[in-house]
Amino acid sequence: MLSYFANPARFMTLSAWASPIFLGIAFVLFAVGTPWALWLSPADYQQGETVRIMYIHVPAAWWSLGIYALMGAASLVSLVWRHALADVAARSAAPIGATFAAICLVTGSLWGAPTWGTWWEWDGRLTSMLVLFIIYLGYIALWNAVDDEDRAARLAAILCLVGLINLPIIKFSVDWWSTLHQPASILRMGGSAIDESMMGPLFTMAGAFFSLFAGLLMVNMRAAIHRRRVESSRIRQEQA
Amino acid sequence: MSAFAALFRRELSLMWASGGLMTPLGYFVGAATLTPLAMGPDRALLATAGPPLVWIAAALAVMATLERLFQADLEDGSLDQMMLSEAPLEALVLAKGAAFWCVVGAPLALAGAPVSIALQAPIDRIPLIVAALGVGAAAFIGVGLVGAAVTAGVRRGGVLIALIVLPFFAPPVIFGAAIASGEDVEAAFLILLGCALGATAIGPFAAAAALRLQAE
Amino acid sequence: MGQSHPFSKSATLRVEGLSLRRGQRQLAEGLSFVAPAGAFVELRGGNGAGKTTLLRTIAGFGRPAEGTIVYENLAEPALSIHYVGHLNALKGSETVAAHVGYWAGLFSSPADMVEVLGRVGLERQRDLPARVLSQGQARRLALSRLLLAPRPIWVLDEPSAGLDAQGRAMIAKLIEAHTNNNGIALAAVHEPLGPSPSITLTVGG
Repeated sequence: MLSYFANPARFMTLSAWASPIFLGIAFVLFAVGTPWALWLSPADYQQGETVRIMYIHVPAAWWSLGIYALMGAASLVSLVWRHALADVAARSAAPIGATFAAICLVTGSLWGAPTWGTWWEWDGRLTSMLVLFIIYLGYIALWNAVDDEDRAARLAAILCLVGLINLPIIKFSVDWWSTLHQPASILRMGGSAIDESMMGPLFTMAGAFFSLFAGLLMVNMRAAIHRRRVESSRIRQEQA
Repeated sequence: MSAFAALFRRELSLMWASGGLMTPLGYFVGAATLTPLAMGPDRALLATAGPPLVWIAAALAVMATLERLFQADLEDGSLDQMMLSEAPLEALVLAKGAAFWCVVGAPLALAGAPVSIALQAPIDRIPLIVAALGVGAAAFIGVGLVGAAVTAGVRRGGVLIALIVLPFFAPPVIFGAAIASGEDVEAAFLILLGCALGATAIGPFAAAAALRLQAE
Repeated sequence: MGQSHPFSKSATLRVEGLSLRRGQRQLAEGLSFVAPAGAFVELRGGNGAGKTTLLRTIAGFGRPAEGTIVYENLAEPALSIHYVGHLNALKGSETVAAHVGYWAGLFSSPADMVEVLGRVGLERQRDLPARVLSQGQARRLALSRLLLAPRPIWVLDEPSAGLDAQGRAMIAKLIEAHTNNNGIALAAVHEPLGPSPSITLTVGG
């Protein structure tokens, strides 16, 4: 099943119609989810209207983690089976994951202002997300720094897997650290039980973020494959 | 003499010959010196915030010396020969890491004593800080091996290594700094030990895999 | 040393339908040859034809894009191959004797240093650091690693680079002794090394 879609030519035909469909789904879900989250859902009894930032903040956090896990899976495929499409997938996913992490950090900071009275609180979750963001930056930088594309792909795959092993350790350390340094009880973002009426818009937005990711991923991958084809046809011309 | 021991001894003498000991030590002391210059010399303030900053200086000093660890071997062809050795590349990488710990890690830990004293750490906590720095340096180096291996082919890759290894330095810095400021010391030390063991177990395998790719 | 124990007569290096790539660039296609024990294979071809890539692939550093390399009746490549590439793998601060001693340790061989240095003509330089060696002396030191452990396959990338006539004669002698001993030698060359090759292979167009 997986190997069926792993053929680059088949991927190109498949993604040609799949990527607009995903982007379309994302558009619809955003169109439904945004008014639902911003107006129709109830305000939080403690945080008031500011809780609505959650509908962007939390899906961005989920998917920036999820994307990293997907990159880890693609990296494993790349190292074990040396599959070019897995390389392209991991590379194309990274900037999207980094952007989601950045969105999570920015909305977290905005949320912090009314909630904690500061633009940046060293909250455990935010700090872990910041570390993840830096891991993304390092991964992208390594890709760009190594000239040979095949080599860059596998080196980045090793780094990605080492990062994947490290993520739970970092998460654990940061949690340990934040309980060590948390004197009084403060409001935790999305930490308290979420009311059921908030679930609907939250999952809609999460679906929207995922569809957006899937659509953009395919667009990125198609661009990367086209670029490779142009390059190899140039090389063939030079050799002919 | 086994290949592991041969490589370990040679690395020691090569690092020694290139003045490997003094540079990171000087860097460490210099970085630590900037702390009171930035925070002001107020002793009460230093006593609370200073000791953990030893860990920032140590992390920076290790990071700054990683760049040439494998790059030199890749550039002069030694890496090819290492791959043809009787010993597995993973063991050679571990030997290199061990030598690096002896030349950079252990002296840093020892220098941690006067530096922490200068940053107003209580005297009775100094042995613990030194021990923790020694363990933490092993964790730094384990991760650093991977960073140095994946960037070995990148010219002027120093900043890139720093960017890559920084997030992975977070756990040892967290637990090391907790030890330095005397918070939850016992648990922190055990976890730090775990970090070091994990990094030395995984680091050589990941680094060797990366080095094989570099030689391709 | 190798002389006293000849290598197995049945050892064979078999290269079948090999294609090589560098990045996306196709270098060579459909390379096949069989090198039995005692063979000397000379590789020819212009710059960028893929000689170095071929040698590195045979040495086990890279994987071929297509085709197979069979090491018949031989240990795994890492233990049956000596490789001397363009780079001499010397460290400037290390003396000649220390270099030989170190690699003897890494190849786990009880080599006789005096004999090894004698055969490459570096007896008198043994206490000099590598950084003061001339280009030819540095090359001789790199070649001395071939003699540290008896390994049946020698993979040499332009071994005579930087060597004078005397040095080239020395290589010819080393290769002859090796092949007489049932060893297999592969060398990429610009001009003939001396010993008459049993196979001459042209890589690329």
